[in-house]
Amino acid sequence: MDKKIKRVLLLGSGALQIGQAGEFDYSGSQAIKALKEENIEVILINPNIATIQTSENFATRVYFLPVDTHFVEEVIKKEKPDGILLSFGGQTALNCGLELENLGIFKKHKVKVLGTPTAAIETTEDRQKFADLLRSINLLTPQSHAVNSVKLALSVAQKFSYPVMIRSGYSLGGQDSGVVYSKEEVKVIASKALAKTSQILIEESVAGWKEIEYEVVRDKYDNCITVCNMENIDPMGIHTGESVVVAPSQTLNNYEYHKLRQIAIKVVRKLGIVGECNIQYALNPKPKNGKIEYRIIEVNARLSRSSALASKATGYPLAYVAAKLALGYGLTEIKNSVTRKTIACFEPALDYIVVKFPRWDLGKFVKSQPIIGSSMQSVGEVMAVGRNFEETIQKAARMLDMGSQGIIDEKIPKIDYKLPTPWRLFKITEELKRGTSVAKIAKETHIDAFFISKLKNIADFENVLSKGLGANIKKAKQLGFSDKRIAKLTNSQAEEITALRSKQNIHPYVKQIDTLAAEYPAETNYLYLTYNAEKDDVSTSQKPKAKSVIVLGSGPYRIGSSVEFDWCSVTCAQTAKDLGYSTIIINCNPETVSTDYDMADKLYFDELTAETVFEIYKKENPTGVIVSVGGQTPNNLSEELSQNGVKILGTSQKSIDSAEDRNKFSKLCDKLGIDQPKWAALKATEDAIRFAQKIGFPVLVRPSYVLSGVAFNIALDKNDLKTYLEMASQVSDKYPVVISKYIENAKEIEIDAVAQYGKILTYAISEHVENAGVHSGDATLVLPSQKVNEQTKKQIMAITQKIASNLAITGPFNIQFLAKENKVMVIECNLRASRSFPFVSKVTGVNFIKLATKTMLTSSQLPATNYQILDHVGVKAPQFSFTRIKGADPVLRVEMSSTGEVATFGKDVWEAFLKSQMAIGIKMPKKSVFASIGGDENKERFLETAKILARLGLKIYATSGTSAYLKKYGILTTTLFKIHENKKPTIIDYITSKKVDMVINIFDPYEAMHSGDGYKIRRATLDFGIPLLTNLQNTELFIESLSKKSLVDLKPMPWNSYINLS
Amino acid sequence: MAVAKLILEDGTTTTGQLFGAPISVSGEVVFATGMVGYDMSMTDPSYAGQILVFTYPLIGNWGVPKEKYWESSKVHTKAIIVGDLTTAPNHWQMQQTLDAWARSQGVPILSGIDTRALAQKLRDHGVMLGKIVASHDLKFEDPNKRNLVAEVSVAKLQIHKPKNIKYKIGLLNCGSKRNILNSLLKRDAMVYEMPWDYDPFTNKLELDGLLISNGPGDPKMADKSIAIVKKSMEAKLPTFGVCLGNQLLALAAGGDTYKLKFGHRSQNQPTIEIGTNRCYITTQNHGFAVDEKKLPKGFKPWFTNANDGTNEGIKHEKLPFFTIQFHPEATPGPTDTLWLFDYFLERVRNG
Repeated sequence: MDKKIKRVLLLGSGALQIGQAGEFDYSGSQAIKALKEENIEVILINPNIATIQTSENFATRVYFLPVDTHFVEEVIKKEKPDGILLSFGGQTALNCGLELENLGIFKKHKVKVLGTPTAAIETTEDRQKFADLLRSINLLTPQSHAVNSVKLALSVAQKFSYPVMIRSGYSLGGQDSGVVYSKEEVKVIASKALAKTSQILIEESVAGWKEIEYEVVRDKYDNCITVCNMENIDPMGIHTGESVVVAPSQTLNNYEYHKLRQIAIKVVRKLGIVGECNIQYALNPKPKNGKIEYRIIEVNARLSRSSALASKATGYPLAYVAAKLALGYGLTEIKNSVTRKTIACFEPALDYIVVKFPRWDLGKFVKSQPIIGSSMQSVGEVMAVGRNFEETIQKAARMLDMGSQGIIDEKIPKIDYKLPTPWRLFKITEELKRGTSVAKIAKETHIDAFFISKLKNIADFENVLSKGLGANIKKAKQLGFSDKRIAKLTNSQAEEITALRSKQNIHPYVKQIDTLAAEYPAETNYLYLTYNAEKDDVSTSQKPKAKSVIVLGSGPYRIGSSVEFDWCSVTCAQTAKDLGYSTIIINCNPETVSTDYDMADKLYFDELTAETVFEIYKKENPTGVIVSVGGQTPNNLSEELSQNGVKILGTSQKSIDSAEDRNKFSKLCDKLGIDQPKWAALKATEDAIRFAQKIGFPVLVRPSYVLSGVAFNIALDKNDLKTYLEMASQVSDKYPVVISKYIENAKEIEIDAVAQYGKILTYAISEHVENAGVHSGDATLVLPSQKVNEQTKKQIMAITQKIASNLAITGPFNIQFLAKENKVMVIECNLRASRSFPFVSKVTGVNFIKLATKTMLTSSQLPATNYQILDHVGVKAPQFSFTRIKGADPVLRVEMSSTGEVATFGKDVWEAFLKSQMAIGIKMPKKSVFASIGGDENKERFLETAKILARLGLKIYATSGTSAYLKKYGILTTTLFKIHENKKPTIIDYITSKKVDMVINIFDPYEAMHSGDGYKIRRATLDFGIPLLTNLQNTELFIESLSKKSLVDLKPMPWNSYINLS
Repeated sequence: MAVAKLILEDGTTTTGQLFGAPISVSGEVVFATGMVGYDMSMTDPSYAGQILVFTYPLIGNWGVPKEKYWESSKVHTKAIIVGDLTTAPNHWQMQQTLDAWARSQGVPILSGIDTRALAQKLRDHGVMLGKIVASHDLKFEDPNKRNLVAEVSVAKLQIHKPKNIKYKIGLLNCGSKRNILNSLLKRDAMVYEMPWDYDPFTNKLELDGLLISNGPGDPKMADKSIAIVKKSMEAKLPTFGVCLGNQLLALAAGGDTYKLKFGHRSQNQPTIEIGTNRCYITTQNHGFAVDEKKLPKGFKPWFTNANDGTNEGIKHEKLPFFTIQFHPEATPGPTDTLWLFDYFLERVRNG
């Protein structure tokens, strides 16, 4: 190891976005752990406040700053690190690192890049260089040509014959890439991609081949291992992040497996990787000449989503090992941290199968189609572990938490099984049940017949069960059927099936993931359940009086439930441990830190369903279960669990129900004299319309149990309402649809708090920048609130205290308020941790989850924890991934669509806000701004902002309407024309040629959205990488901040300079 | 669905579904943790007399390829035990299903077994005798008391010629895997494939070097092979031992071997070349090992197992005698140590 390295700068990945999600919290956290063991100081730059890596007791110092060259250099100047790690923060950190290297900043400040040299990274990132390198060692990659113009792209495509693949370098999750079938498609995709990068690649297509990945590790002594290989069930043509993946590969024989392994090692040695890297192959399922036929698709010279998955699939801590190797250790000098007896230089042997299933939320995006392809659109994933394929895929299907009881369920939408959609495997199983042959489906979908045959085993057994349960219950469980599904197929109740199992003593067994397939005894507590076993691996019986607690994790990341709940789960488990409890985490998301096997005393990598949690509960017999820190998924289990006699810790199930059930909550509010917008729960369309007309449009439409506003909409009129009602009834068969008054121009305020026995111990009031009508998950939060007056605050506190005492809250909770003209109304109350818990904890310096955990595990009354009046401001801003969702309209609505968040600090709101905007990738406008403001009211409000813009010397382009309005007030603009005006110059011309630095597009809600010119402007802005503002209040704050602060005013200060971290 | 029982000598009994040949068999029960290459393992003569438990649960996924891809001309395991036999495999090299193949080879498959639990038992108690009872009950039988090498070796000398002949190598077939022969042929070596007791010296074969192959059972049973290795060293012929060959050479040189508790049967054994920082991932299949405390004179350890410190190969300090416990020919497993064939032939070339 290099002893000269005393202080290391670690770059994080910033906000979660599609293609770059929670896996980098996992890799960064492991790197910090590995470095700190060597007594190295770790300086972390990451604006993602919801991560574990940015928590106290991880890095030595944390900077909540944008990961860009400016701020990273500022921090380098200040901290003077000896080394820097670039490969633990995804593509964001890698790109930033390469830029810094090219600017000579590392050299200038004598910072050593640890691990894989930047030259090697550059080779993997530049497609032509990479192809040349492979050719030099006689390895095959798809034939390709780099081109820099659409014209060249067309001629190369012609040469290869269609279909061809278009790829764009330096991109997250294969953006602007795709299989194209015609000239016209080449034109569209190539011009879009070339707008962002100077070079794209036209490739021969290997669509339909198998897609295989290897995770490779190399140390400085040239020792090489492949930790895991993985096989995509979806063939080439579907992005690996969009594919259902199995580990290890299932259909590769020894010849193929080891040929590809050998090639992987050859590539990694040639590149000179030190650390971890991922290599992707296409493999011809039917080679012509009797020899293996492969193509190397790409190499990622960094930790990736796949490496996080490989770590969880094998138990091999790839990120931890990669960090040690970067410091100069050899693989033989590192212990296998699972067995603690063997060394890290080995290749894990699995004695189980792993299935990764992506989670999509395509329905959350207006206009997006449910078709998946070579660009990544999924927002999260689950990983299931089992001892046969059938059991494992069924588990995975349930883990997705989309309401399906397995890989076949009548709830799945009607859609053609041949199309690549999120539902393809579900639809194939259904088709098999109908009797369609394996061979036919294999031919149509290019999915290997092996996998389809396994699905057929499930389909066939569905038919068996439909004829009666007979003596088939054990077999059904071994094939992964849930009690609920068995009940449905056999016309009985789930409780009866559970009871029958109990009577016959049919329960799952606990197995360890030990990296060596039982060859050596392992001390690991990394566990899963399986019905395909005869014996438990570990004794689960507790010593009498031993205190233990089960913490339920968040399940897959999705829109509305993400890394923030992982932070809550991990913090909760750690606090419980500190309080002397033995801790057990249940979660099924491979992108998390909570599923690192050393975060709790035991980790069950398994389903977050009542059935599974109950089985674990019975085995572990803990003091109780915490359902309030993992978001809505565990919260939804509380009812079923408590019905089964499970002890729920903290706020009672009855109270949870009183807050979740709108009727009950409304009655409570009435009783307590708390105002709510007028609402009613209705089942029939006519009743709903009548009610809406009575309270007056616009109205909000939503189902009872809400997870980030599924089918949640504002109806402006009767027709709108009709449409939305149809959508809502699809997602809610058990609960009625709720219609409530939508109050315009109201402020939205949230309180996050912790109470014990109804007494509030701490709280934080945050204010939304955007007016009500934007989902709280998409809103920009400011803490402490800046524009909430004392009277409003007093009302908020009074209401909060009333609710807390009445529901006898013990634990975390969050209430959302509307405020208009000093009148405060409650719009939502959740008796669980909310997504803003990490934000308020880190801004105030009071760890809300730590305190909440104490309230749930301590019987004596705890004292209130107050924090001093803050003399800094924290701003939390949403990160959107609209660019990745083809055709999505990038507007803020009541339905949540952001995929992540950042939070930054400042002396005042302007500093914090500008930093937050830069951290989500918005560049400050230097020369010009385009404005298109819909509606007279909006135009009037925009006037002040326009004046500032003019004062700042920014050239204003505007639509004819906006121009005319501003001209009346003496603001000079240049008019650009909408497409339908048929006049030059058009707005689109200016956007596509990047003649404007920023687009402000405020739409009139009463005009037809998502179509027409507004949509085209927004979409083009997005596709050409120009910052886009669509919300009026947000725009006001942005421009106001711009007038108050310049780049030098945005101070690179560490977290601990704002708050006192004890 | 037919069922059968697995009974271990300690009385452990478990029931599974019976595939392959519906017959009862007995043997030594061992477990292997590799995830690929069941077809190669089953045809590896080193598994003669053994009932092989695969810890990886899904077995049979790519069926069985043509005979030329096997490691010998027949299945040598007495039976196999798996978690979940794949009955509808799919692969471009597939000729038949594992089930059909096992049936035609007279080998039962017991499926639906908790092979992890079984491996743990074998790991903790050491390997045990066991039997699969399908049709009739039978006695436990210890294969290590038989001369398994004699059973699996070739009947008579066979000569294999490559296109270009650079070397003439004697391959003492004590149960050799085919890929050892192929690895030599690929490197322009003409191979005299000799039965385990075939003396190339009395038979006056002109050899440039001798390779002692892998093979089954207790090395001490192969007394005639040991005698031949002794002669080879006396003649200062470059001599390379693989797996059982490691043990036979150690014994021939005056060293000793012992039985491991449960052996190494896997494709992920880290093996360090002593005196370097290099560690190779190797395929292994052995129940016996060379006793490093009783190394023959003039020899030093060459490779060591990074997990448990057992010997993985020895090398003479001056003379061209060297052996390894792992399988450089792989099949199944990683190909990291194929270079040892080059190393051997280089020593042959330098005489």
